[in-house]
Amino acid sequence: MSIYSPSEGWLQAPRGPERIWIGLALTWCIVMSLAMPYWHFYGKQNSSGESYRVSAVDFGARVRQFAEAHKVGEEAGIPIVEIPPGGDGYLLARMWSFYPVLKMKKGQTYRLHISSMDLQHGFSLQPLNMNFQVLPGYDHVLTITPTSTGIFPIICNEFCGIGHHMMTGRIIVE
Amino acid sequence: MASAVESLPILGNHPKDEVRACDTTSLPVCLAAQKFIKLHAVAAVVFLLIGGLAALALGLTRWPAVHLLSAQWYYRLLTLHGLNMLIFWILNFEIAVLYFAGTVLLNSRLASKSAAWIGLLLMVIGAITVDAAIYAGKSDVLMTSYVPLKASPWFYLGIILVAVGALIGVINYFATLYIAKRDRTYTGSVPLVVFGATAAAIIAVVTLLHGAVVMIPTLLWSMGIIENVDPAWYRITWWGLGHMSQQVNVCAMVSIWYLLGTLTVGSRPLNQAVCRGAFVLYILFINVASAHHLLVDPGVGAGWKIWNTSYAMYLAVLASMIHGFTVPASIEVAMRKKGFDRGLFGWLANAPWSNPGFSGFFLSLVIFGFGGGITGVTLGTQQINIMAHNTLRIPGHFHVTVVGGTTLAFMAITYYVIPLVFQKDFYAKALCRIQPYLFGGGITMMALGMSFAGSYGVPRRHWDVEFTGGQFATGFDAGAHVMLGIMGIGAVIAFLGLLLYCLLVVAAVFFGRSLEGKPMLAWNEEPRGKTGETAAAVDEHKTPGTLVLVTVFLTAFAVYYFANWMWLSDLWEVR
Repeated sequence: MSIYSPSEGWLQAPRGPERIWIGLALTWCIVMSLAMPYWHFYGKQNSSGESYRVSAVDFGARVRQFAEAHKVGEEAGIPIVEIPPGGDGYLLARMWSFYPVLKMKKGQTYRLHISSMDLQHGFSLQPLNMNFQVLPGYDHVLTITPTSTGIFPIICNEFCGIGHHMMTGRIIVE
Repeated sequence: MASAVESLPILGNHPKDEVRACDTTSLPVCLAAQKFIKLHAVAAVVFLLIGGLAALALGLTRWPAVHLLSAQWYYRLLTLHGLNMLIFWILNFEIAVLYFAGTVLLNSRLASKSAAWIGLLLMVIGAITVDAAIYAGKSDVLMTSYVPLKASPWFYLGIILVAVGALIGVINYFATLYIAKRDRTYTGSVPLVVFGATAAAIIAVVTLLHGAVVMIPTLLWSMGIIENVDPAWYRITWWGLGHMSQQVNVCAMVSIWYLLGTLTVGSRPLNQAVCRGAFVLYILFINVASAHHLLVDPGVGAGWKIWNTSYAMYLAVLASMIHGFTVPASIEVAMRKKGFDRGLFGWLANAPWSNPGFSGFFLSLVIFGFGGGITGVTLGTQQINIMAHNTLRIPGHFHVTVVGGTTLAFMAITYYVIPLVFQKDFYAKALCRIQPYLFGGGITMMALGMSFAGSYGVPRRHWDVEFTGGQFATGFDAGAHVMLGIMGIGAVIAFLGLLLYCLLVVAAVFFGRSLEGKPMLAWNEEPRGKTGETAAAVDEHKTPGTLVLVTVFLTAFAVYYFANWMWLSDLWEVR
């Protein structure tokens, strides 16, 4: 009974089906543990968490500089900025917008820097459903290679106040 | 009711007139503990109802066809819902469980009545403070209150008071364990349920200390005394509280599974060493489980993420998989011994499904394992988390662990707590019998809707999936809206189950017929199978039905797990 003290000699090795199950479950746990380091080295989708400390002021300045240097158009009053292939792109998150609109080429690899000016935000790329955390004070670097073309909305998926649901952005891939 | 002939050989340490023998089980009930079990249970149910009313409004808001609340009230009630459910309801119920396990099952008195009063008052005052701060409208920060989102100082102070109150309750439990051991109120090892409760208590201490470490500086920051709280530091430390407390819930829930197995069909653990070993795994390997809230964060690297995901998680997962076998296996053996020895599943088909203690417990086991366990491990895989983080897949996961699992188990044990501890009879027993199905079914439907909507990318904690007023038009396809509708309907059904539970409990506690001096009326007749098949003929280690069930489980697990890797491989390349 689970509500009374066990009789003496309760410390026994498992046997029968119980033993089989523990063996199976442990094997499964080991498989799952190995899957992650395997994917880290051989898989194409990883979150390495590369990041650097940065102040909001410095990051804001870098984003403006980047936008001025590589602006190719404008949409909804926000500049469309093409990241040079293989180069660094910047995305600024703040209550309640993403700045600027980014333009990329399929198959090219970019270093995308994301940080926040104010609260914590979420970088959620739709409809792919790829999600990364954005923190103020941290420059989060995603080394990213678009493998499909189109217009991809970015939505914020970390609560950031009353206008959270209006916080959207855009990535264009050609 | 299971036979309770095994009497305790040694008299307890109870002062005169502060103990009674249970009229049903003959167990010694410490009257002081009984009082605090009742008070904590009543407080728990009040907070459950507050959180439940908020839940209904939230479900009806995220159902796009209804979209009930304004944005402001959506986030306000979301803050209220999380704290009342995950902290106030669950912690109060857990303190009641600890007081029960430490006294009744060990034949001991409660170590300190004044500490129990202080703990209770702090928990209740703290909870009221938090709720008032939320209603006042200056604390719309959601349960996680991620800095630099700032709430009123009363919000953080209230949480600290609740945590300190709970810590006092846990320490009172350890003191009770100590005096029971000192006074030799029991012989040999503690019962399994006490062992599991102790595991919960140990993890609770570590959890609550994390809470203090993160909440005190945050309180000072909100008062303007310190300037800055680092958001990455906050997240890792807060989740030391937020995630580890879920392991407290798991330990408490599993202990209740064992308790209800014994109370409903008289099951006994097949191998005590295995069950206890699994609880030890929880204690040892959950400490950095906060990692899987940070899997797509900056500030921590891939090595840290992978190591802390698998080392901490998978031995704790192993523990849950072990309980997932031993709990149904003990039911199988108990039922086969009663004569239901035919076929693979005769024992399960003939189980007392009309007993809400049994149905609630078994549904909790199935919902937690198949729903919560499989999704939790998969979504908590470092890379797979990229397509789950902060989407509705996450609440879709934890509503089938902590609600369909823990809360349903707590509801199930209530069908024994009210007659045995409150000594009151339930009204409307037919409604009691359907309540676990209503609640379990509703919450499962809601969580499925959430999980599938999340797979479309629908974010959690989000007022408007149409993004009205956003700079760029965005939305989700029709499939996501259908899933959100399923979520909404499930939420309404689950709320009805919750409301029914609260009404049944309130009616019994305040207006029920007294059972003092009388044994409780059994929920079901003693199951009795065909004669001729005697108990002695059943091999304690023959559990073919359970082996089939867990094989189905492992297959479902593997399919879901590898399917997610496959979906992941379709995404853009990212490092």
